[in-house]
Amino acid sequence: MLTLDRVTKTFRAGAFGGGSVTAVDRVSFEAAPGELVSLIGESGSGKSTIGRMVLGLTGVSAGSLTLDGEQVRPGKDFYRRVQGVFQDPFSCYNPVFKADRVFALVRRAYHPGVSDKEWADRVEKAVRDVRLDPGQVLGRYPHQLSGGQLQRLLIARALLLDLRFLVADEITSMLDASTRIDVLNLLAGLKERGLGVLYITHDLSLGTYLAEKTVVLRKGRVVERGDTQKVFGNPLHPYTRTLLAAVPRLNQPWTSAEPVEACAYHEGGARDTDLHETEPGHFVACAGLPDCGRTSA
Amino acid sequence: MTLTVNDLRVHYRTLRGEVRALDGVGFDLADGEILGLAGESGCGKTTLGKSLIRLDGRMRHAGGTVTLDGDELPLSDDRAMNAYRFHKISLVPQYSMSALNPTRRIGRMIRELLASRGVSVDTGELHRRLALVGLDPDVLERYPIELSGGMKQRAVMVISTLLDPSVLIADEVTSALDVSNQQAVVGALRGLRDKGLVTSMIFVTHDLGLTSHIADSIMVMYAGKLAEKAPTKVLTTEPRHPYTKMLIGSLPQVGARYKDKPLSGIEGSPPSLLNPPAGCRFRDRCPLADSRCAEEPPVVEVAPRHSVACWKAA
Amino acid sequence: MSTLPDPAPETAAAPAAPSAPAAKPGSEWLHYAVRNPKLIIGAVLVVILLAVGVVGPMLLDNDNPNEYVGPQAAAPDGTYWMGTTTFGQDVYAQFVHGLRATFLVGVVGGAIAAVIAMVVGFLAGYRGGLVDEILNMLTNIVLVLPALAVLLIINAYMGVRSVAVQGLFIGLTSWPWAARAIRAQTFSLRTREFVDLARLSGSGTWRIVFREIAPNMSSYLFMMFILLFGGSILIASSLDFIGLGPTEGVSLGLMLQSAQQWSALQLGMWWWFIPPGAGITAIVGALYVANVGLDEVFNPKLRES
Repeated sequence: MLTLDRVTKTFRAGAFGGGSVTAVDRVSFEAAPGELVSLIGESGSGKSTIGRMVLGLTGVSAGSLTLDGEQVRPGKDFYRRVQGVFQDPFSCYNPVFKADRVFALVRRAYHPGVSDKEWADRVEKAVRDVRLDPGQVLGRYPHQLSGGQLQRLLIARALLLDLRFLVADEITSMLDASTRIDVLNLLAGLKERGLGVLYITHDLSLGTYLAEKTVVLRKGRVVERGDTQKVFGNPLHPYTRTLLAAVPRLNQPWTSAEPVEACAYHEGGARDTDLHETEPGHFVACAGLPDCGRTSA
Repeated sequence: MTLTVNDLRVHYRTLRGEVRALDGVGFDLADGEILGLAGESGCGKTTLGKSLIRLDGRMRHAGGTVTLDGDELPLSDDRAMNAYRFHKISLVPQYSMSALNPTRRIGRMIRELLASRGVSVDTGELHRRLALVGLDPDVLERYPIELSGGMKQRAVMVISTLLDPSVLIADEVTSALDVSNQQAVVGALRGLRDKGLVTSMIFVTHDLGLTSHIADSIMVMYAGKLAEKAPTKVLTTEPRHPYTKMLIGSLPQVGARYKDKPLSGIEGSPPSLLNPPAGCRFRDRCPLADSRCAEEPPVVEVAPRHSVACWKAA
Repeated sequence: MSTLPDPAPETAAAPAAPSAPAAKPGSEWLHYAVRNPKLIIGAVLVVILLAVGVVGPMLLDNDNPNEYVGPQAAAPDGTYWMGTTTFGQDVYAQFVHGLRATFLVGVVGGAIAAVIAMVVGFLAGYRGGLVDEILNMLTNIVLVLPALAVLLIINAYMGVRSVAVQGLFIGLTSWPWAARAIRAQTFSLRTREFVDLARLSGSGTWRIVFREIAPNMSSYLFMMFILLFGGSILIASSLDFIGLGPTEGVSLGLMLQSAQQWSALQLGMWWWFIPPGAGITAIVGALYVANVGLDEVFNPKLRES
């Protein structure tokens, strides 16, 4: 179980670290085993920063971030259970080495005692699990493989560990439509095996395709979160509606979003990170509700 | 017809041989038409866009003709093409946002660019066009770093169309943008066409969903060849080519759920264009393929303005 | 729009794998290394020169190359292969001894400078923050020191007698530019996602630096070593020139300097200045050619073209 409780990230900015920028502001949500949570936001929403914090690649400035009750502590033990896959598959591979070196790194760190034969079998099984032909992908250099193949190899790499949680940060945005869906289906398969998955994306349709729960972020803050069906079946926050309206759909004219009312969505409002539970499992930052944040200034 | 492309072949020279990136593509672009060009990476769509502007050192015009407003374009003559570039045919490249000189204000960049082309444009007209794509005149006084990706993309669109070209090629202009910016950029492109500042447009993208919102007709390419071309409505609702069908089938729509109905992608990957296999190039990935597909399917007009290159489509 | 730079070309076809027989990266590099003509030519030249410098002096009857052994200012002949100087010193004897001294000062100076530059550059670039600021300050201080003047003072004060000590001092003062270059490269490489992935594989700082980042700049590091190596030779020659070089023995720089001092050029004694000049050029040039070859060996993308 991954739990974020008012997690905040502040970056130093400007000369001599004088100023600071809050990239993530008091974000809370949970992801249970076997659950896929999609984190949706546009660039600058802090979604990738949250992913990096979950992976321990960036520190948490305030709030608590725990996995199964333990603080995130980057290190060998932690990464046995938590892994990440990133946006640009080409940048994830060291260009001077063969792509399958990512497996060798895992072996060195986590399975040094395993015999060559046994290891080769495990790698082959993991590669087959992500629906790749080992003969076609092993022993190749990254630039000789396609983005979809590389991305699937990274998922295979994660499968070689006793994985409990996977962070998938925009893993399909560099892929073609024809392979994108296969990678997404793999994530769904992992979830069914009992893993918790945090799927970070800007694409609403991909998020809704997979996720049980959705968290919509804007400028580092959660504007709406809850069960995917509820959030997108009945979007309450104006920002969620705008996002939903902007998704291009095949053969349907673009709907224009409803006019945005003055509310926490517009910069102001002092209590605007307090979410309202409008129905069980559906939280909204501000939706023009009678007792929402806009009343306080 | 604004643009007529006939059996265009463009090859890339590599040390291991010629890559036939564009292997006999033909289509027409009517006056005022926006053509969406879709396909996987490596299908030749970017090569097609580039060939109409400038062949770089590695590209070779291997055959075919391109006719723009009645003139045949001298594709392989870099100098002769200068008369057409920017004046008659213009390109907004994939990474145009990062192509802006970071040390120049937008306005100065435009003035320098126009001076280098020996033309001038009055400020009022420039402001009017910026407004058309939803930009304030004061962007001219700003540096590229001060603009968002979508704003830069729209600024480049204005620059590219200042001389009212006949054809504007927009190459993956929306792929790096967020959904709301995509909407703005697509709206701006349509506005340019509707106001007649650009006669026709080729909108290159891998996103079929987005293409369907801007294009009048869509052309799907596969492995350097045309797979299917039809009016948008027809292509998205009654595709004939199995590749088009599978591409559309792999698009998750808002509300589609894995739990309810898992979608599937297209197995395999496109063939190498270094030595493309004979016959239909989609054969290896096609569920319908049979022995007949070993022979190359011709492009057939199965209905008015609807062309398909597949034996199974007729 | 034609005035804007063209986007990266669409990769039209996935290239097929070249048949690389070896599985481990080490043996695979060897596989390509022995098939790279540039690397072979460069390496063979360096090895030959090195062999001459190491073995040559042993084959001489006389241990002291500066002894006046033959006729004065004689052109090359069967006895004195490279002729003699104005004073009757055997130029060949000086040349082989000089090569040895030149290699020594280059290796010692280059290696010391390279090690310092790598430690400082990698640490500053990878860690960033306070570590970076402190190391950067140190680098800048050493960078603005007038290195030659410092060397003059040190050499004059301590009375350097051996080539190795000369190399040591040169190494201690010539690393800053290399450290800055490594820092900048490391800075850009450490934000690549494969570094994150290595961290997710439980790799520590030094392992990431030497197994992930350094291999990406291996040819760059080698080139840096070559430049430091060549630079050490040149600095040593300058010191020799003003009489602050090692008081014993001879170096190629010292030979050039005395040839110049005694007007070998004007007297047409080409055999006096051409061997040392050609020696220095050959060493540095061969290393450069080898470096270009190494680049192709290390970088799998260059291999195919």
